[in-house]
This record gives sequence, structure tokens and C-alpha cells, in this order.
Amino acid sequence: MLSLLWLIPLLPLAGFLSIVLGGGRMRGSMVALIAVGVVGLSAAMAAAVAIRFIYLPPAGNSFTQTLWTWIPATGFMPEISLRLDALSLVMVTVITFVAFLILLYSAEFMGGDEGYARFFAWMDLFVASMLVLVLADNFLLLYLGWEGVGMCSFLLIGFWYRDSANARAARKAFIVTRIGDAAFVVALFLIFTHLGTLTIQEAAARASREWPVGSGLAVAAAALMLAAAVGKSAQLPLQTWLPDAMAGPTPVSALIHAATMVTAGVYLIARANAFFTLAPFVQWLVAVIGAVTLLLAAFAALVQCDIKRVLAYSTMSQVGYMFLALGVGAWSAAIFHFMVHAFFKSLLFLGAGAVIMALHEEHDIFAMGGLRRALPGTFWAFLIGAASLAALPVVTAGFYSKDLILLCDWTSKSGSVWLWAAGLAGAFLTAMYAFRLVFIVFFGELRTKPGRKPGFRMGAALAVLAFFSLSAGFIQIPPDIVNFSPLSELLETSLPRLSAVSVGTQTEALLQAVAGLAGLAGIFFAWFFFRHPALVERLVLTPLGSAFRRLWLEGWCFDRAYDALFVRPYIRLAEINKDDCIDLLNRTLARACESMHYLLIGTQNGRVRQYAAAVTLGAIVIIALMVLL
Amino acid sequence: MITVPIEHVILMAAILFSLGLTGVLARRNVLFILLSIEVMLNAAGIAFVAAGARWAQADGQIMFLFILTMAAAEVAVGLAIILQYYRHTGTLDVDAMGGGRR
Amino acid sequence: MNTVFYISAAVAILSTAMVISRLNAIHALLYMIVSLLAVAMIFFVMGAPFIAALEVIVYAGAIMVLFVFAMMMLNLGQEAVERERNWLSPASWAGPVTLVAVLFAEFIWIVSRTGGSLPGGGGLGPKQVGIALLGQYLVGVELASMLLLAGLVGAYHIGRRMPRTGEENEASRAGISIKQ
Repeated sequence: MLSLLWLIPLLPLAGFLSIVLGGGRMRGSMVALIAVGVVGLSAAMAAAVAIRFIYLPPAGNSFTQTLWTWIPATGFMPEISLRLDALSLVMVTVITFVAFLILLYSAEFMGGDEGYARFFAWMDLFVASMLVLVLADNFLLLYLGWEGVGMCSFLLIGFWYRDSANARAARKAFIVTRIGDAAFVVALFLIFTHLGTLTIQEAAARASREWPVGSGLAVAAAALMLAAAVGKSAQLPLQTWLPDAMAGPTPVSALIHAATMVTAGVYLIARANAFFTLAPFVQWLVAVIGAVTLLLAAFAALVQCDIKRVLAYSTMSQVGYMFLALGVGAWSAAIFHFMVHAFFKSLLFLGAGAVIMALHEEHDIFAMGGLRRALPGTFWAFLIGAASLAALPVVTAGFYSKDLILLCDWTSKSGSVWLWAAGLAGAFLTAMYAFRLVFIVFFGELRTKPGRKPGFRMGAALAVLAFFSLSAGFIQIPPDIVNFSPLSELLETSLPRLSAVSVGTQTEALLQAVAGLAGLAGIFFAWFFFRHPALVERLVLTPLGSAFRRLWLEGWCFDRAYDALFVRPYIRLAEINKDDCIDLLNRTLARACESMHYLLIGTQNGRVRQYAAAVTLGAIVIIALMVLL
Repeated sequence: MITVPIEHVILMAAILFSLGLTGVLARRNVLFILLSIEVMLNAAGIAFVAAGARWAQADGQIMFLFILTMAAAEVAVGLAIILQYYRHTGTLDVDAMGGGRR
Repeated sequence: MNTVFYISAAVAILSTAMVISRLNAIHALLYMIVSLLAVAMIFFVMGAPFIAALEVIVYAGAIMVLFVFAMMMLNLGQEAVERERNWLSPASWAGPVTLVAVLFAEFIWIVSRTGGSLPGGGGLGPKQVGIALLGQYLVGVELASMLLLAGLVGAYHIGRRMPRTGEENEASRAGISIKQ
């Protein structure tokens, strides 16, 4: 069973190829069948592999499959090899499963779009790249997947490229993440030159052997990888692309910009945990970046009016939680939160997509309202997603994962009260903006009459995701309730354990109660402000309130700052540099080519006899040269 | 068997070749151009056979065989093109060919 | 025997000169056949009887017959001769002749620097040619056969009677539909 691992990324790739080559001639239903079918098969394969892996673990709790040598060069032999261990197993299972549901949803959601086949081709390519990313055994293959998902993200954000704003958003996402990607390449160079290998396990082992803790090289490698992760996962300071990335179709936002690609940075840090353990400062930085991002993004999410932008800031904030967990060494808690987040955030996006579709492409939440009765199925799904996001205690999955992260912040040796407090404040804000969304969109009076309701395929995807948003948490229940944690036991076969100071069960229970209360308080405040809009209005109209509102609405004005600091100076420099001597030289060359072109065009007059004469003349000259020289 | 100097044979081939070339360059009728090309091919063949005879090797004659094959194929396709061209335009003027593309 | 060569050469050159200067295409063709026969004679006296036979059969026979057929299908009459007369002014000759004269001078220059004469003797019969052809040059023979096939298919394809204009096109389509 395990030897069929290569099929998992290959199937979506085959789907991509068949749609790209034949999609123009296929009917839409055929395209959807192929696109959804291959990912479904891939998910089934992943499930089978997972069952085999869990019940009959391979030797060393990992399985490496080398397919072929990619670049056979002396001293540098990167291979196309896949590595399955607990970490990649969880990633692969979640990715294929969520991708399958989202594609099933898109088969209906994207119906009638002129780029139907194009959409599915790129979605399949994305899934394939993402699977290569998480299954890669060496950094180079991982980088291939890394760039592949970046490219698909670019293509899909700009999916409706006729609108130049969408194309601009796609470019922005591509360029901003590219900053991180460049750092990643430098990290690869550094690892290869100093450790002599790109195989992840081998490099980690050699690094632990050769580099002392806190040495310059280790810090540099970890910092560069952190930069890569920050770019891909939309964390401070490279987070500005994510809200604009909502220009793509909603399933794209659900799959790429919520469930999978933005968590690639989390995966990278977890995968390269050995480097971060060697550089405690960088690991501390990971936690701080996560904490700051989760707070800033949560504040920004509080005031957004576009339903998808709220969710985008929320994604940023939730990935911040994962970074927070990674930063304190709670690797498996981060992966747990990734899994749960993949379920509830794609559920929220898909629910938002259903709302947007029903209201004829309406994104503004204040034009919605009262949809509770009009779209009951969507309402319940969205409510479950929001509850999971708000970490409603005991019943939702989000509670268990977020609680574990907060607990780890408190108990970890490298954690601190401040990180815990930031996480707690974030939990409060998260619950507030999540339920603000629910109340504004689904309660109150009906403002827009809903049109098309979600059909069977969209409904099925929403239902399954809603089920997992509630139940996925039960595979990791805190010890003070029931001692049942198969996920972290599984993950700890490939990730280091959290080095924690033990606190009593009572403290743990207290912390949980505080975290749960923070979420409930957030929901209460959301309800309170929803019931008293006049209060909100008065708050917003105060000078301080309006200033903060404007600041948060623009996502802390990072865009404007970057524009002033980097973009505009760069453009000005480019304008100054436009007429330098090298350009002049180039232009002279171009003009010379052009005049030669007009000279030669005269010889192409279509007169065969003149061609023959030219050939004769050429023969004369060549023979003359032969004779004379 | 003759024992003339090899230059004389080559010279004759050169004369035939030059005559053919003159025909290609001077005539406007495509049919004549095709004929002149045949003359040139034939002249080249003479040169090959003469060289083969000079060194008593069969290669020269084989080259002539290949030229013959080529000429046959070329004439077949060329004449087909001429016929089709004449059917469409009613002229055989080579200068009128391809002139419309300017 | 040498005299035969010189006479044949003179005939070949004269008849070729007539080929390129005739106004009537059929006349030119007949002179061309004379020229080819003379060249065949030269091949024979140079000790290449096989090639001489091929020259007569394939060149003077098959290829020239192809030309004759083409001319019959073109159906050129007296006005074609008149048109040729207009096209062949002395001015139109001047340029090509100068160009070719220069080339010819270079040929002479090159030829004058070579030496040696034909060896005489029995020459090379069909047997030697055949052995070399199907031994050393087998690939070339295969390529030549492929070329001939391509020429055949190409000539057939190009030579099809295609409808000239849209009207005829529609007419022919209508004809097809009636037949159906």
C-alpha cells in the first residue's frame, strides 16, 4: 500500500494534464468529473495509506520512496523522492480531503463560467504541487512544490483577469511572496554549501551534529526559512497580499488562501524544526511574529465590510496562532490547529461563497442580513464554522486546538505569559469578529432577496466540512477531560515533543476555563454591539474611534507604508534610470536592427528571377574568394 | 573510349551550366525556367560522370543517378504547380508570381 | 573516338543555346531532346554506357514526355509566341548574360588550373555501378525512392483540379449534393 505513495501527487497532475490538453473539447460535466474524480481518488489513496501507516507503522515511523534521480551531477544528486511520516501523513490526508470537498463544491459553484476547464486545470495543478510540497524528501523538491503552489495561487487569484484589479492583486501576491521565496533559495544555498546535502532529514541531522546552538549559520538558515514561511503564510511583515488575494473565486480562497497554501509556511517550519531548535532566538521570533500578526489581523478583521476580507484577516490571524505554537516548540499543536483550521476556514469560505452566489456577487456584509430563514442550510454551516473559529467550548474542534496552543504557550519552557495573553486576547477578538459576521449576515432584517440556493454538491461539501469542524477536535482531547490524544502521539513520532514545565491539572483546567470564557465573552460582545448599533455608531464617531476604524479598515496601513517606502521610490528610481547610457546603447542597437530590417525587406519582393540572380551573384563572390585567397 | 583532357569535358559542362543559368535568369516563362533548370542539372551530372571516369570510380555515375531521381521528382511537382498556377491566373509570367504579396 | 566527343559537345552546346532562346515552347523542347541525346552520346564515349542509356530513357524519354503533356494541357497558341517575343527584348538579356559571363570566366579560371585526362580503357559498366549502388549507397537509394514517392504524392495532390472561385465552389458542392 505504501509503495503506491507516488500516485497521490500524480493523480491530480494527470488530471491537470488531461484537462489542459483536452479540456477545450470536453463538456463541463466531463471536466468536473475528471478534476474532482482524480482528487477524490487521491484522497482515497491518502486514506488507505493513512490506515496502513497508523495500524502497521513502517520501520522508523517513516517511509521514503525514491522515484528517480532528478539532477545527476557530481556531488549534487537531488532525487525525486517522497517521504511519508506522521507530519506529511496528516498534511496529505487533510489536503486531499479538503481539496476534494472544495472541488466538489466548485463543480457547482463555478458552473457556467467561461473559464470552467481552466479553473479546474489549475486547481488540480495546485493540489499536485501542494502534495509535492508536503511529501518532498529533500528541500529542492519541496521548493518545486513551493513555487508550484505560488504560481497556481497567482493564476487563480487573477482567474478573472479581464478585470485589471484582479490581475493587480495576483501580481501583488506573487511579488510579495517572492520576497520570501528568494530568502528560501538563499537558505537552500546556505544549507547545501555548509552541510553538503539537501535531503531534509540528513541536513537536519548534520546541522544538529555540526552547528552549536545559537551559532551564526544556524541562525541565518532558520531566519531565512522564517522569511520564506512569513511570505507564504501571510505573516507580518509580508502579510499585505492576502486580503487582496480574495479577488479570486471563492473556492480558490477556501483551498489556497485558507486551508492549504498559506499553511505551507507552518509546514516548512515544522519540517525544519531542527534548524529552529538550533536557533532559539529565531524560534522566539516565530512566536512573536505569530502573536503580533494574530492580534493585528484580528483587529483588522473587526471592522472589514467585505465578507471575504473578514475571512482573509481571520486566516492571517489563525495562521498567527500556528506560528505562536511553533515558536514555543509546540510543533504538534500547530499541526493540529492547521488541521482544524483547514476544516472550519474552508467551511466558512464555502459558506460565504454560497451567500455571495445567492446574493448575486454581493460582497458587502451590510447589504446582507436576515439570511437565517432564507438560506437555512448555509446558515447552520456558517454558524458551525464561526463557532469553531470562535472556539466555542467543548462542542467545536476549534476549541481543542486553540486551547492546546494557549496551554502550550503557558507551559512551554520557551513560552511566556505575554504570548499566552496575546493568544487569549486574540481568542476574544476572534470570537467577536466571527460572530459579528454571523449576526450581521444572517440575523436582523432581510436586505437583499437571495436568488440561487446551493444545490446538492455544494450542500454535501458544506455538510461534511461542518461535521469535521465540530468533530475533528475529538482526536486530541486535553488530559484533564479525557486522556485521549492519538494525534499528538502520532505526530510525536516525527516531531519533537514539547519541552514543558508541568503544571497541575487544576491549572490546566483553569486555563481552559479562561480561554473558553474569552471566546464566550467575544460572542457576547458581538451580540451586544449588534443589538445596540447606536453605541457602535457613537464609538466610531469619536475622533479616536474613527481613526482606529480607518487604520484597521486598511489593515494597519501596511499597504500605504510599503507603497511610500518601497514601491514609489523604486518606480521613481526606474524612471530616473530610464535614459541612461546603457538604455541608449540598447535603443541604438534596436534602431539599427530596424533599419536593417527595412533594408532587407526590399530583397524579399517575391520575384524568383531576382532571387536566382542573387544566388548567382553569391556564387560569383564565393568562387572569386576561393580563387583569389 | 576517349582520351581527351578532362578540362575539355568540364569546360563543356560549364558551358551547358552557364547556358542553363542564363535561361533561368533571362526567361520570364516559367516553363522555360524549368527547362533551363533541367539543363543545369544535366550539366552538373556531366561533371560528376567525367570526374568518376577520370578516377575510374563508380561514384560519379551514382551521383548522376541521384540527380536523375531528383530531377524527375522536381519536374513532376514543378509541372503540377505550373499547371495549377496557369489554371488560376491564366499566365505563365514568373514576375507576376508572388508579386501580390508586397 | 575523341572526334565523336567534340562533335557531340558542339551539338549539345548549340542545341542548348537554341533551347534557351526559342519563342515556341515545343521547339525548345525538341532542341532540349537533341541536347540530351548528345549528352547521352558523351556519356557513352566517356565509358558510362549505363548512364547513357538512362539519359535517353529517363531524361529524353520520361521527363521530356512529362513536359510535352504539360504543354498540351496548357494549350499555348500563337499569342503565347507573341508574348514571348515581347518578353525577350535584348535589354532583358543583357543583365543575365553579363552575370553569367563573369561566372563562366571564373569557371575557366578554375578549370585551367586542373590537369589530367580521361584514362581511356573499358570504362565502368552497369555491374560496377550496381554493386556500388546497392552496397555503399543503399541508404541513398532508399532516400531516393522516398523522394520519388513524395514527388508522386505531391504532384498528384497539387495537380488536382481545384475549384477556382467561390461560385464554382458552390456549384461543385451543389453537384455533389445532386449526385447524392
